[in-house]
Amino acid sequence: MIYKRVIPCLLLDEDSLVKTKNFAKPNYIGDPMNAVRIFNDKEVDELIILDINCTRNRREPNYGLLKDIVSEAFMPIAYGGGIRNLEQIKKIVNLGIEKIILNNHVLKDVKLIQDAADFLGSSSVVVAIDIKKSMFGGYKIYDHVTRKTSSKNVFDHINEVIEKGAGELFINSVDNDGIMSGYDLHFLEQVLKITNVPVIVSGGAGNYEDLAKALSAGASGAAAGSIFVYVGKHNAVMINYPEFNVLKNLKKDYGLQ
Amino acid sequence: MTTILDYGMGNVGSVRNMIKRMNFDCIISSSRADIEASDKLIIPGVGSFDSAVVKLQDLGMYEIIQKKAQDPGAYILGICLGMQLLFNNSEEGVLPGLGLINGAVRKFNEKEINRRIPHIGWNYVKEDPRSRLFAGCEEAQRFYFVHSYYATTEDPDCIKCVSNYGIDFVSAVEKNNVLGVQFHPEKSHRYGKALLKNFLEL
Repeated sequence: MIYKRVIPCLLLDEDSLVKTKNFAKPNYIGDPMNAVRIFNDKEVDELIILDINCTRNRREPNYGLLKDIVSEAFMPIAYGGGIRNLEQIKKIVNLGIEKIILNNHVLKDVKLIQDAADFLGSSSVVVAIDIKKSMFGGYKIYDHVTRKTSSKNVFDHINEVIEKGAGELFINSVDNDGIMSGYDLHFLEQVLKITNVPVIVSGGAGNYEDLAKALSAGASGAAAGSIFVYVGKHNAVMINYPEFNVLKNLKKDYGLQ
Repeated sequence: MTTILDYGMGNVGSVRNMIKRMNFDCIISSSRADIEASDKLIIPGVGSFDSAVVKLQDLGMYEIIQKKAQDPGAYILGICLGMQLLFNNSEEGVLPGLGLINGAVRKFNEKEINRRIPHIGWNYVKEDPRSRLFAGCEEAQRFYFVHSYYATTEDPDCIKCVSNYGIDFVSAVEKNNVLGVQFHPEKSHRYGKALLKNFLEL
């Protein structure tokens, strides 16, 4: 039987690995290659790599770094950051990255999802949606380029991107990012209710139990940054990932496989 | 010589990376001469069935691959969509597959399996002890899958491995020198390395 994924989410800023809080205050973690090598040795289920300032700074994806990463990483890798056309997608996939993550560009132009799905197949096209709680309750899409919430209804957007061919959703909570107090499971449940594609949840995991809670709530993957790059009360930087059997037993405790 | 067929359907890079890491030689090519000269041919693939068929046909690969399948000294390994292409046809498209293994590729039925589609993630395998790809492999292996379609065959002898996603489905086939895996060995850590090594040493 399939088992659910626990996914380190690495944030790149140019050539550096960073970790944010609430999508701000990037803290320098170290050399991305070092982290990738450790995660490869620890046989992680999957890696998500996001170049967080690529779109805002109008840069091309860092193809050189991505090429180095895939030569050391023998697990599935999803990459997001700065993707706005099919040519870039072809280039990224040719390096050996099998999943691409679309986010900011498809807030304005959902057609790229369709083009990507026609080329890659839906299963390799992930759409990321960053969400922020509104002051009046409810959820808004957060646009990390303008640093404002979008006027587009988040659930309409989700329906639209799936209709265009998104094979997987990656939902990330701006409010919970780096806070380590648990995922926004309420939002996750709302998304699961209206979708039938796999959903990866991100933002807020503070311990392994949080991962299991999200998976048990119905997420197909639980992604996290802080818990895999920090250890201890004072958040000392140390790349880490649980042993396979630790995760297996924890999932069992939550009635998962 | 081992050749990874580059027909514009993605993912050649990661297969090469893993083969090189194991200190085997390989080339990535779409040239007919290279494919004809290879004793190991790997057909990777990510994407839709018909677009893959069109690209293979445009490159004139159908005849070459079908001829290679008749050559007892050569081995073919299809990965993911590359495995599905070994069959006669697919519900994903209308064009004919390579027809090297009798059977059809079907779409997972969401209601029947009661699971989210695509099937994305790590899954276990139940391998046939006679399988050449899984020879000498360790217990409780796991592999990474990304697919919405699965192969079916009326030729049970060629089924060398099954996995379960709501229903049991064929996750590896071997028929003489034509082999295929539905999962991605190149993305499956040491389990994938062991399997690719078995293929490269055939």
